[in-house]
Amino acid sequence: MSYCYFPGCSLKSTGRAYEESLLAVFRALEVPLQELDDWNCCGATSYMSVDEVQAFTLAARNLGLAEKLGGGNGHGPMDLVAPCSACYLVLSKTQRYLVEHADLARQVNSGLQAVGLTCENRVRVRHPLDILVNDIGLERIAKLVKERLKGLKVASYYGCQVVRPFATFDSPWAPTTMDRVVEALGAKAVKWPLKTRCCGGTLIGTVPEVGLRLSQILLQEAQRREADVVVTVCPLCQYNLECNQDEMGRRLGEPIRLPVLYLTQLMGLAFGLPERDLGMQRLFVPFRRTAAAQEGGRAVHV
Amino acid sequence: MVSGQASRWVHRSMKYQSELDSGFGEKIAKAAYGEKLFSCIQCGTCAATCPVSHYMDYTPRRIIAMVREGFRDEVLNCQTIWLCASCYSCTVDCPKEIKITDVMYALKQEAMTQGIYPKRFPIPILAREFFRGVEQAGRSNEGPLMVRFFLKTNPLGMIRNIPIAWRLWRTGRLSLRQEHTRDKNTVRTLLRAAKKA
Repeated sequence: MSYCYFPGCSLKSTGRAYEESLLAVFRALEVPLQELDDWNCCGATSYMSVDEVQAFTLAARNLGLAEKLGGGNGHGPMDLVAPCSACYLVLSKTQRYLVEHADLARQVNSGLQAVGLTCENRVRVRHPLDILVNDIGLERIAKLVKERLKGLKVASYYGCQVVRPFATFDSPWAPTTMDRVVEALGAKAVKWPLKTRCCGGTLIGTVPEVGLRLSQILLQEAQRREADVVVTVCPLCQYNLECNQDEMGRRLGEPIRLPVLYLTQLMGLAFGLPERDLGMQRLFVPFRRTAAAQEGGRAVHV
Repeated sequence: MVSGQASRWVHRSMKYQSELDSGFGEKIAKAAYGEKLFSCIQCGTCAATCPVSHYMDYTPRRIIAMVREGFRDEVLNCQTIWLCASCYSCTVDCPKEIKITDVMYALKQEAMTQGIYPKRFPIPILAREFFRGVEQAGRSNEGPLMVRFFLKTNPLGMIRNIPIAWRLWRTGRLSLRQEHTRDKNTVRTLLRAAKKA
């Protein structure tokens, strides 16, 4: 198994710990991720607001670059792994729309030709969750667990764009893949209905009053359901939920303090990987497992 | 906008059909990849499932109705289209399979092209600055983007964000080093060619 990896802009800055932990965990699982050479920004949600054809062309260049690498596993289509929710959505959407709308495909391809590329639907856009559960499998994950996270209550937060509207590997409203990985690590997946409710996305920067409130609702519910930690697979969700907790307290009252990790960080801890390799030092709200292991679980020091 | 006073005493608050833009619905439907816009049954599922509808001046359901009827100016000037955070809840839930998120995008693009959006409203300004940054470097650089964004919207807001920026810096999550594609002009060339086609 080998995969082409599309990091996206956030994983090189605010979401660095996501890239670090993702690569570390996949290395431990002996599944190499090869970064797509010379990738460009996917366009996220902002580009689509300005010019649609340009937005699709921008994203399609990455698909074209991956296509050029040829077949992937077993000479089937190349798998392009996009860990960021926005990248995953935009790349999936681009691929689907180019197939469904011939006019758009023609326009996009003439742009691509100018830089020596084509985009002919020979890539599969995949999310790490999909690969973890469906290609690698929970058994292989469970086998690597050195320190079971017994007693730890985890709220899996999927956010919007991983599961809506293009993902085929999980349900758009009641997804389970992340919960299943969490359980494979020995932790307890908390049931909470807000797992796919929007965190506010970029609204936290543009209209903080709205964005902060949307994120706060999620954290409060996770806390009410006695979660020790929230895990997520999106750099923007992680930033919104973790880095803005002080600001939520200041502006909206009701201060909250709940660690928010990337799923891959939690996996790395369970695998016994060194903290620095997982970017744990980059967290605003430190994660201490000792407090979590109250229900007969072994106290594990972090 | 309604043309104003009907008399000294009576203010007309409703538009006549002749004042509406009758081609607007078709135009937006086409831009949003679907004539399905016209099959909306006004059930309001989109408004109910939308996490941001609390803050909108018109709910998504009303936007659809207004687009169809041709309330062009009202729709392009409203905040709703910009508040849409692209979570796709409405798109997934709509019983008539209308891609409401795409409708919102089509409206944002139209407002952007026409240059009519609420003045100094930060959301379209972020979109525009993001677009420019990527055009220049091929990748988005969050630090410089936020600086440009605050300078153009609310320079004082930058001061309030110093503590969080400082912590991001300390934890290595904010960099001034510019990420870019090998050839910075790649994206510009690409986009120009696509635009011409």
